[in-house]
Amino acid sequence: MAAEATLVVQPAPAPIRIAKKAWQLRRWPLIPMLILAIFVLTGVFAPLIAPHDPERGGLRERNLPPSWEEGGSSKFLLGTDHLGRDVLSRVIFGARISLIVAAVTLGVGMGIGVVSGLAAGWYGGWIDEVLMRVVDIKLAIPTILLALVLVLALGQSFMIIVAVLAIAVWPRFARNVRGEVLQLKTMDFVALAKVAGASTPRILFIHIFPGVINTLIVLATLEVGIVILLESTLSFLGAGVPPPTPAWGSMVSDGRDRLAVAWWISTMPGLAIMLTVLSMNLFGDWLRDRLDPRLRQLN
Amino acid sequence: MQRYLLRRVLLALLTLLAVSLIIFVMSRAAGDPRHVYLDDYSTQEDWDRLTATLGLDKPYYHQYGIFLASALKGDFGESIKEGRPSTEVIIERIPATLQLGLAAFIFSVVVGVPLGILSAVKRGSVLDTIGKMVALVGQSAPVFWLGLMLVFLFAVRLEWLPPYGRQEISSIILPAVSLGWFYAAANLRLLRSAMLNVMDSEYVKLARAKGVSNNAVIWKHSLRNALIPVLTFAGVTLGSLVTGSLVVETVFAWPGLGQLAIQSLAGNDYPLLQAVVIVFTLMYVAVALLVDIMYAYIDPRIRYA
Repeated sequence: MAAEATLVVQPAPAPIRIAKKAWQLRRWPLIPMLILAIFVLTGVFAPLIAPHDPERGGLRERNLPPSWEEGGSSKFLLGTDHLGRDVLSRVIFGARISLIVAAVTLGVGMGIGVVSGLAAGWYGGWIDEVLMRVVDIKLAIPTILLALVLVLALGQSFMIIVAVLAIAVWPRFARNVRGEVLQLKTMDFVALAKVAGASTPRILFIHIFPGVINTLIVLATLEVGIVILLESTLSFLGAGVPPPTPAWGSMVSDGRDRLAVAWWISTMPGLAIMLTVLSMNLFGDWLRDRLDPRLRQLN
Repeated sequence: MQRYLLRRVLLALLTLLAVSLIIFVMSRAAGDPRHVYLDDYSTQEDWDRLTATLGLDKPYYHQYGIFLASALKGDFGESIKEGRPSTEVIIERIPATLQLGLAAFIFSVVVGVPLGILSAVKRGSVLDTIGKMVALVGQSAPVFWLGLMLVFLFAVRLEWLPPYGRQEISSIILPAVSLGWFYAAANLRLLRSAMLNVMDSEYVKLARAKGVSNNAVIWKHSLRNALIPVLTFAGVTLGSLVTGSLVVETVFAWPGLGQLAIQSLAGNDYPLLQAVVIVFTLMYVAVALLVDIMYAYIDPRIRYA
């Protein structure tokens, strides 16, 4: 009876609104995905695509404007920098650095986050207390400052940058995974697995982990933008992947004092960062709406 | 309530302790600290004296104790470059950073809040599109690049505003806008979605059905409730505005703590760097603590959670 009553009371959903929402959800974010595809492809095939050597310049070709400006040549589509290096080639190779750093950082950060999140959520008790306090402390320390100090003390190399960025991203994964595990471990299928004699690692990785994957995918896409921004900020401040490797942040920094004579040196790599992060965010928002209805917002 | 407060204060202290430990380990890992203070012309007595002051002949935990004790007294040693106590150098820089942070905060509220309300109320209008652009740029453009682009446009091309420094009053505009933009974007997004949520709720529909005027529905019924997440975020913002100044102060040569931190990093000025990092963290943690305590007073759900 009660069920019937609620059925009657419940207002009919507006069919048009639901249809519209469904249509919007099914619609792929085409432009962001196109930009991301370009980003990944240029990153992977950088040596094949780049028209020039990104690290070699010519003194005759210093500060040449982009081809559409007066004095620009079609040889250097986006112009050259203060050392005569081709800006376009450097932006292309910069995509490679950002891509590698983001991939490795997220891989490592996610790994640490997942393992500690699973442990904290599953075992509870002092393990949970210690891990979550470490997360709290990490989130209470300003990220860039910590990263700068670590890079200064440990030295500037690719591995160290990745390690520092992984330290920056793992807490959010840990916290979210823990929350999911707390919920999942009360489920019947977990109890059944226990009764069937499954070992703890088996329960954690075969039974519980799959339930966390959707959240992880969404979180990871949203974190890519953050990692790219962090990496570029570090390299802008001179604490990124060491030169002459072309990283977007250090390229923006190269053009800092030359805005009046050669605005394109800073502008182009910055545009590349913005477009990539923007596309990643839009794609992540869409993915979140698709995969995780609980996080869905009115838009 | 008391338990909650105690927990928050303990966590803040723990954070500071962790940071001091990181800094201590870093400074020891980077090499013999005596090389930082002394050079080839120092005498053996200088070396011995410093060894005693820093406790270098004692075990590490004892050295950390000495470091911590003097840090608590506000003594971080003399800045190598300036040749005077680090604390003194830092205190001079604090006003500039606070000024910039405050200006950026005001910008983020003045731009983000009205645009957020209007883009929710006039959904799909030109204003909504403008709001979307502001939000998208703010959340994806790197702060340092945004700053440089503003300099290029308003200082180099139009020559309306000074490109860097802190000589004129108008000098603060560009750094404040670059620093505040991200938070303006966040405020805008939060408020827009909160407003849409609230305006879709039953009591707002009831108010409309009762014939309450549109303005009253928006300003009285909706906005008050939609402001809660924005206020929450504003608290978080205050702390990160302080550290956001690291980048912005470097771009605009703004003579605050952020610039000092980068300078001490670049110049290997360890005593000064340690002090700056501690002060930064202290400000960050203190603001977060204050905000949390405020919420506990405002929102009883937090107290008993």
